[in-house]
Amino acid sequence: MFKILEANELATNIFQMIVEAPRVAEACLPGQFLIIRVDEEGERIPLTICDYDREKGTVEIVVQAIGAETFKLGKLKAGDHLADVVGPLGRPSDLCEESVEELKKKKIVFIAGGVGTAPVYPQAKYLKELGVDCDVIIGAKTKDLVILEDRFKKVCNLHVTTDDGSYGRSGMVTKALQDLWDEGNKYDHCVAIGPMIMMKFVCKLTKELGIPTIVSMNPIMVDGTGMCGACRLTVGDEVKFACVDGPEFDGHKVDFDQAMNRMRLYKTEEGRLLLKAQEGDTHHGGCGNCE
Amino acid sequence: MDGFVRVPVREQDPKVRATNFGEVCLGYNKEEAENEAQRCLNCKNPKCVQGCPVSIDIPAFIQQVKEGNVEGAYQTISKSSALPAVCGRVCPQESQCEGQCVRGIKGDPVSIGKLERYVADTAREMGIKPQGATEKKGKKVAVIGSGPSGLTCAGDLAKMGYDVTIFEALHEAGGVLVYGIPEFRLPKDAVVKKEIENVKSLGVKLETDVVIGKSVTIDDLMKKEGFDAVFIGSGAGLPRFMNIPGEQAMGVFSANEFLTRSNLMKAFDENSRTPIMRPKKCVVVGGGNVAMDAARTALRLGAEVHVVYRRGEEELPARKEEVGHAKEEGIIFDLLTNPVEIHADENGWVTGITCIRMELGEPDESGRRSPVEVPGSEFDIECDAVIMSLGTSPNPLISSTTEGLDVNRRKCIVASEENGQTSKTGVFAGGDAVTGAATVILAMGAGKAAAKGIDEYLSK
Ligand SMILES: Cc1cc2nc3c(=O)[nH]c(=O)nc-3n(C[C@H](O)[C@H](O)[C@H](O)COP(=O)(O)OP(=O)(O)OC[C@H]3O[C@@H](n4cnc5c(N)ncnc54)[C@H](O)[C@@H]3O)c2cc1C
Ligand SMILES: Cc1cc2nc3c(=O)[nH]c(=O)nc-3n(C[C@H](O)[C@H](O)[C@H](O)COP(=O)(O)OP(=O)(O)OC[C@H]3O[C@@H](n4cnc5c(N)ncnc54)[C@H](O)[C@@H]3O)c2cc1C
Ligand code: SF4
Ligand code: SF4
Ligand code: FES
Repeated sequence: MFKILEANELATNIFQMIVEAPRVAEACLPGQFLIIRVDEEGERIPLTICDYDREKGTVEIVVQAIGAETFKLGKLKAGDHLADVVGPLGRPSDLCEESVEELKKKKIVFIAGGVGTAPVYPQAKYLKELGVDCDVIIGAKTKDLVILEDRFKKVCNLHVTTDDGSYGRSGMVTKALQDLWDEGNKYDHCVAIGPMIMMKFVCKLTKELGIPTIVSMNPIMVDGTGMCGACRLTVGDEVKFACVDGPEFDGHKVDFDQAMNRMRLYKTEEGRLLLKAQEGDTHHGGCGNCE
Repeated sequence: MDGFVRVPVREQDPKVRATNFGEVCLGYNKEEAENEAQRCLNCKNPKCVQGCPVSIDIPAFIQQVKEGNVEGAYQTISKSSALPAVCGRVCPQESQCEGQCVRGIKGDPVSIGKLERYVADTAREMGIKPQGATEKKGKKVAVIGSGPSGLTCAGDLAKMGYDVTIFEALHEAGGVLVYGIPEFRLPKDAVVKKEIENVKSLGVKLETDVVIGKSVTIDDLMKKEGFDAVFIGSGAGLPRFMNIPGEQAMGVFSANEFLTRSNLMKAFDENSRTPIMRPKKCVVVGGGNVAMDAARTALRLGAEVHVVYRRGEEELPARKEEVGHAKEEGIIFDLLTNPVEIHADENGWVTGITCIRMELGEPDESGRRSPVEVPGSEFDIECDAVIMSLGTSPNPLISSTTEGLDVNRRKCIVASEENGQTSKTGVFAGGDAVTGAATVILAMGAGKAAAKGIDEYLSK
C-alpha cells in the first residue's frame, strides 16, 4: 500500500497528488512514468512522474479524470492509500543523457498541452538545476485549466496561451510557437507533450520549421514492462513498445494517425465502465447511446 | 479392473465448459485415487522418477496414497517440489514422468500427475503445510521474479534457513501461473494463491511492484541492500510479432496481452474494471500451450476460434491433453497454414486475414520438418480479432542494466545447468530467463539447482 500525502484539485477534474513510493522516488528521472492501481480490483493506469523528492521518498502525479479509474483516483484524499505504485518505467528523457555544455548550446522549447503540462515540469526543473535556460509554452482550453503556472515561472521562460484567449496569448500552441519563432526565437530542440492530436500538429509545424522534436506517447498499456505489446506503435519503419523503448520518441517519425486509432480500441467498453462509475448501478443500456 | 487402463478422471462436459471459466478437469476423489494408485508396480528401478525434472520419489508417494496416508504423500512430494498442485495440473506428463512409466509399455501409464494433484489438493483442504527451517543461516538472498523458478528457489533456500525476499514486477505473485495460464486450467484463488502462501509460510518475504533494472538494480541490491546472493527467475515474457502487414490494426493482440487481461486483470469477469475485446470470430496464430490457452479463452468469451499453425498435427508443440480439450470444445484447427497479411476496414478494425497453405519439407538439423509455402494457395479467413502466439523471449530489462551478466544471441542469460551460476559472482539464474520459453517443471528444476548452488556458494 502506498500512502497519499497530499491531494489537491488544480482545476476542474485535474488532480495533483503526492504519494509515498520510496523505490520509485530513489530511482526516477525526468521523462519516466509509473503505473498505479487505485485499489485491489483496479486497472493498471500509467501516469507520468511530475516531480519527486528522493529524501522524502515521494513522487508527484497530476492526473486528469477522464474515465472510470481516473475518476476513482480523483476522489482519494490525503491519508488514503493506493494499492500499487510501480516504477519508474520507460526510458528517461534524452535530455538527461546530454552534458551541461551540450544543453547550454541549445535553445530548447517545451510545448505542453492540457494535462501534458505536468510531465513537462520535471524536465524544465531538471534543466534549471543544471543552469540551462529553456522556454515553455503551456496551452489550455481556457484560463481555469492553466495549471502549475507559478511553479513553471520559477524554472523557465513561460508563455501561456489559451484557445479562447481568456488568458495569456490567444490560440493553440502551434500558433504560439509560430509567433515566438517569428519574433526571433530560433529554437533548435523541441519537446512536445500533450494530447496526441496536439503533438501531431506541433510535429507538422516543427518539421516545416526544421526543429527536431521529441514527443511523449501515451498509448494504452497493461504491464508497462514490455510483456504485452498493447503499447506498440510505429516509429519510422519500426514497431516500438512505448513502455520500454519510450515513452519519448522522435516526433517526426511517429505514425500519429495509427496511434490515435489504437487509443479507441476499448472505447465502447470504457464508456460503459465510466457510466457505471458515475451513475452507480443505474445504467442498464437501452438508451441508444451504447449498443 | 484389469490394470491396463487408468481410472478415468472426471471433467466438465465440453459443451458446458466452453461457456464458463471453471476448471475443466475435476480431479480424482479418494476412491478413484486409491484405485489408480493400485496400478503402480512400485518398481525397484522406477523409470518414472528419471522422467521427472525434480525427481519426486513417485513410487513412495503413490504407496502412501494406497495406504490412505495423504499427509505422508504430501511431505514426500514436498521434499522435491514446492508447487505440486500446479505441476499435477500443467506438467507435460506424457513426455516426462508418465512417458517413462513401465505401465505405459503395455496399456496406460499410471496417472502420476492426477495423483500428485489429488495429494496436493487434499493436503490443502486438510490444512497441511510444508515444513520450514529450524535453524537460521543469517544470510540474505534476493529472488527476482515469482514464477515457478523463483518460488522454488525461494522455498528451498528458506527451508535451508536463508532470509529470502522475492521481488516481483507485477502487482501479484506467480508469474505465468497467474498472468498466462487460464483459470479453467489452473484456478488462481483456490490453487496458485494457496501454493504461494505455502512458500510464504516458510518465511519468504514478497515485495511486489518492484521492477529490477528499473526500480533498483542487482548491483544496488547487493551493495546497498545487503543481499549476499541473487537468483534471477524473470522468465521469458517478451512477445514476438510476425512483422506482416496489418499487424498494428485494432483487434490484433499478443497472446500475452489477451491472457493477461483475462487472467491477471480478471477481464473475463463482467464485473472486472479491465476491458477485453470479446471477438465474434478470432484467429489464433501458433500451436503451443500459449496458443491453446488464448484460443480457449477467446472461445469462452464467445468467439468462433480458428487456430492457424504452419506445421501439422504431429508437430503441434502444445500438450496433447490441451489440444484434445480444445478440439472437444469446438476450436477449429487450420494446420499447415501460415498468415501473410491482416486486413482492416477504413476505421482500422480487423476484418480478415490472408493465409497461405504450407507443406512439410525435409527435416532440418533439429529433426523437425520445416514448412514451406505452397505457391498460389493463398486464401482469406474472415475475422474480427487476431491473436499472435508465436513464442516469447527473455526481457532485456535485467541483462541490460546488470554489468558483467552475459547473455547469448537469443538474449537468454548464460547460466550453469548444474548450479545456476552466471558470469557474475553471487548471481544465479534459471527458468525461462535462461532456457527461453519452456515448462513449469523445468523452471522449478532450475530453481532447485540454483538454490543448491547458492547454498554451496554462501557456505564457502
Ligand atoms: C506513459 C503514459 C503517461 C501518462 N501520463 C499521464 C499523466 O501524467 N496524467 C494523466 O492524466 N494521464 C496520463 N496518461 C493517460 C492515463 O494513463 C489515462 O488517462 C488513464 O489510463 C485513463 O484511465 P481511465 O480508466 O480513467 O479511463 P479509461 O476509461 O481507460 O479511458 C477513458 C478514455 O480515454 C481513452 N484512453 C485510454 N487509455 C488512455 C491513455 N493511456 N491515454 C489517454 N487516453 C486514454 C480511452 O480510449 C477512453 O476513451 C498517461 C498514459 C501513458 C501511457
Ligand atoms: C499461456 C501459457 C501457458 C503455458 N502452459 C504451460 C503448461 O501447460 N505446462 C507447462 O509446463 N508450462 C506451460 N507454460 C510455460 C511455463 O509457464 C513457463 O515455462 C514457466 O512459467 C517459467 O517459469 P519462470 O519462473 O522461469 O518464469 P515466469 O513464470 O515467466 O515468471 C517470471 C516472473 O518474473 C517477473 N519479472 C520479470 N522481469 C522482472 C524484473 N525485471 N523484476 C522483477 N520481476 C520480474 C515476471 O513478472 C514474472 O512474474 C505456459 C506458458 C504460458 C505463457
Ligand atoms: S512434477 Fe511433473 S514431471 Fe514430476 S512427477 Fe509431478 S507431474 Fe510428473
Ligand atoms: S514407473 Fe510407473 S509403475 Fe513403476 S514406480 Fe513409476 S509410476 Fe509406478
Ligand atoms: S505496456 Fe505491455 S508491452 Fe508496453
